Amino acid sequence: MSTTSLPPGLQIEKVDERIMTLNVGPQHPGSGHMRIIVKIDGDYIVDADPDPGYVHRGEEKMAEYRNYIQNIPHLERPVIHDSCNVLYPYCLGVEELLGIEVPERAKYIRVIASELNRCVYIQYWLAIYGIFLGHSTMFMWPAGDRELYIDMLEKMTGARVTHAYFVPGGIRNDVPANFEDMLLRRVNYFEKRIKEYAAIFYDNPILISRTRDAGKLSREDAIRLGTTGSTLRASGVDYDLRVKEPYDAYGELDIKVNTLKEGDSYARSKIPWLDMLESCNIIRQAVQKMPKSGSVRVKLKPNPKSGNDEVYKRVESGRGSLGCYIVSRSAAEPYRVKMSVGSFRNLICMPYLLKGEKLGNMPAVYWSLNYWPVEADR
Amino acid sequence: MSTIAPKFRLSYFLKSITDNAFWAILLLTLIGLPFVQIILFYLELPVIGNRLLDPYLALTILADPSRQIPLIKSLMQTEFFKIAAFPGFGFAALLAAGTIFVERKMLAKLQLRVGPFYCGKIEGILQLMSDGIKLLSKEIIIPAKADKPIFWAAPVLFVGTAAAFVSLIPAARGGWVVADADVGLLAVFAIIGFFPVITVLSAWSANSKFPFIGGIRALHQMVSFEIPLILSVLGVVILTGTLNLTEIVESQYTYWWIIFLPIGAIVFFIAMLAELERIPFDLPEAESEIVAGWLTEFSGMMYGLVQLGSYLKLYAFAGLFVVLFLGGWSGPNIWPPFPQEIIDKGIEMGPITVRLPGLPLLDQQMLNDVLWFVVKTVGVIFFILLPRGVFPRIRIDLLLHIGWYKLIGLSFVNIFIALALVYAGVLGPEGIL
Repeated sequence: MSTTSLPPGLQIEKVDERIMTLNVGPQHPGSGHMRIIVKIDGDYIVDADPDPGYVHRGEEKMAEYRNYIQNIPHLERPVIHDSCNVLYPYCLGVEELLGIEVPERAKYIRVIASELNRCVYIQYWLAIYGIFLGHSTMFMWPAGDRELYIDMLEKMTGARVTHAYFVPGGIRNDVPANFEDMLLRRVNYFEKRIKEYAAIFYDNPILISRTRDAGKLSREDAIRLGTTGSTLRASGVDYDLRVKEPYDAYGELDIKVNTLKEGDSYARSKIPWLDMLESCNIIRQAVQKMPKSGSVRVKLKPNPKSGNDEVYKRVESGRGSLGCYIVSRSAAEPYRVKMSVGSFRNLICMPYLLKGEKLGNMPAVYWSLNYWPVEADR
Repeated sequence: MSTIAPKFRLSYFLKSITDNAFWAILLLTLIGLPFVQIILFYLELPVIGNRLLDPYLALTILADPSRQIPLIKSLMQTEFFKIAAFPGFGFAALLAAGTIFVERKMLAKLQLRVGPFYCGKIEGILQLMSDGIKLLSKEIIIPAKADKPIFWAAPVLFVGTAAAFVSLIPAARGGWVVADADVGLLAVFAIIGFFPVITVLSAWSANSKFPFIGGIRALHQMVSFEIPLILSVLGVVILTGTLNLTEIVESQYTYWWIIFLPIGAIVFFIAMLAELERIPFDLPEAESEIVAGWLTEFSGMMYGLVQLGSYLKLYAFAGLFVVLFLGGWSGPNIWPPFPQEIIDKGIEMGPITVRLPGLPLLDQQMLNDVLWFVVKTVGVIFFILLPRGVFPRIRIDLLLHIGWYKLIGLSFVNIFIALALVYAGVLGPEGIL
């Protein structure tokens, strides 16, 4: 122990000799762009302290210096794999601020693009979940199959990943010719393909024995800790914003909300997969009900302004509820844009779930929370 | 002036060649020749056909292929050939290299991708070589607080132990084994017992947290799976009554032991996967939990050596499985006999006829044995590789549960089956089969 007095505010940490502190991340194959400070006693985790903020980029502050149109391409950056859904609440909010009514056809195309993008995101998430558990085939298959929808989105939007497709007032451009035929063929093949994942991954006895009862989150705790999305639905709470607060064309579609009662890692990893199957149904319904022709966009003024107003809109993204709060002060730029993301809310329960778990369960519990480090940091 | 080599001058080039040639000839005559003379003075030269191997004879042997045959034959009788080439290191390393390539291609096909493709034109066949060169050219970084001598020694010891394991595996009848010990099976387990020690030494000496956890995991895994591994082999020993691996193979010419002891074979196979740290039992190298486990701090060729050692170990375990349960080299004769015409008449190449008395170099029986041994070993290796594409990684408590509860129980069942077969008079020294 050093004799020099410590600067105010600092203290020497007292750690038991048996406890080993591991810095999992940010440069670690089993963390995202974040650090988890894990204290282990033998093989058991005594304490886990997630430390997000490694990839903070100040998206919200940047939004204050750009006008409503310029904000479109950079506000989708938090999760580029789910870029349509990330941009969705912003577009809805700006539309309400400016008092625009979106054309009917654009609403359905938004639903289709958003569901396609949800599948693309979940496939990526599932690929990483597979490799976190040491299942390399489950890394390659989803990563390959998501190309199917990425190609489809590229045909629709012109970009593979960062689409910037939704704009206040509708969508940027109309879908290509022969769109419905192309889309339905892909959806049918995709559905057939992801059903095969059950045989190699979800029904795998080793996977079940490993992730069953790992990181169990009860229904009460899930509600109390404010989790959302697949984490909440895996704990048996029937909550999906597409059904509870339908936006755009979702109110006219028949959507089944997938819930499981167990609340463990296995259930949390299965809910997104069930969501993908449900997305295929939603896309089919949307294609059927979509108006076959018509305008897809309301033209805005070059530099739109709104009055002193504020608006909060939220949608169901791949990681749960994603809200956008926009404050307008009669200027061309928004006064404040605040994004409330599902990832950060799901991260809160991680220390509770990891306490007392085995070290081998850490990746399984961590990634099953459907947490995306880049989105949480914004 | 060429743009590729702008400073190129033909005269400089010729001058550099003559300079180099001058120094080479000078050094050769002043240092090289006396050195060769000294070596020749002390060396006992071989006698071939009642003639001392002088330089003239050596040159004629190089020129005449028929004179080389007795030399090659005598070389193949030596211990050096056995250790370095055929049943020993070279053969095993070749199979190990093939294993790595097949593993990558097979896994790629399973995962709907291409795998190594560009290096070497034909399906990326040279990828392994380029990876090896890459590892060789990398800097070796040693952690500042590592225990350097032990840290350096660990990969070398690992390869050495794996090579010692390889040396005990018989590949064909007629003494094609490096070390034909009467206690062969016991020696195998003695060598397997070294692996956890080396692993823990390397993990501890790296003085880093992730290797330490990986090393402790490896220790738990290997020690607890060695017991079912040894117990599952006991059935075979009871049936054959010997520990000599060659004799164990010879006892299986009519029936393979996997027919009578399927439980023992399954237990041995699962314990073998755990000993080899293959998925689903790759906990000591679990990437998403502890980076690369006990291999984390190895870099460059040190990592390459550990990989070489682990693939040699894989070959040796597959060979041991074949020897114990699949009848080793036994199999029907399918290797074609050496054509009699070449022995009698020689090879006619246009106007020249090459006569090669002393052919064939290897007899038909031995080649047939090797063929069957390789076919069976490759089959076993394939089944060792396959789980990597299908299973996720298991957890340490489930692993130990499998090892201590299930596999040990099953291996005792296997022993009882073997004892029942012997006492019922079906098998064994006085058995009806």
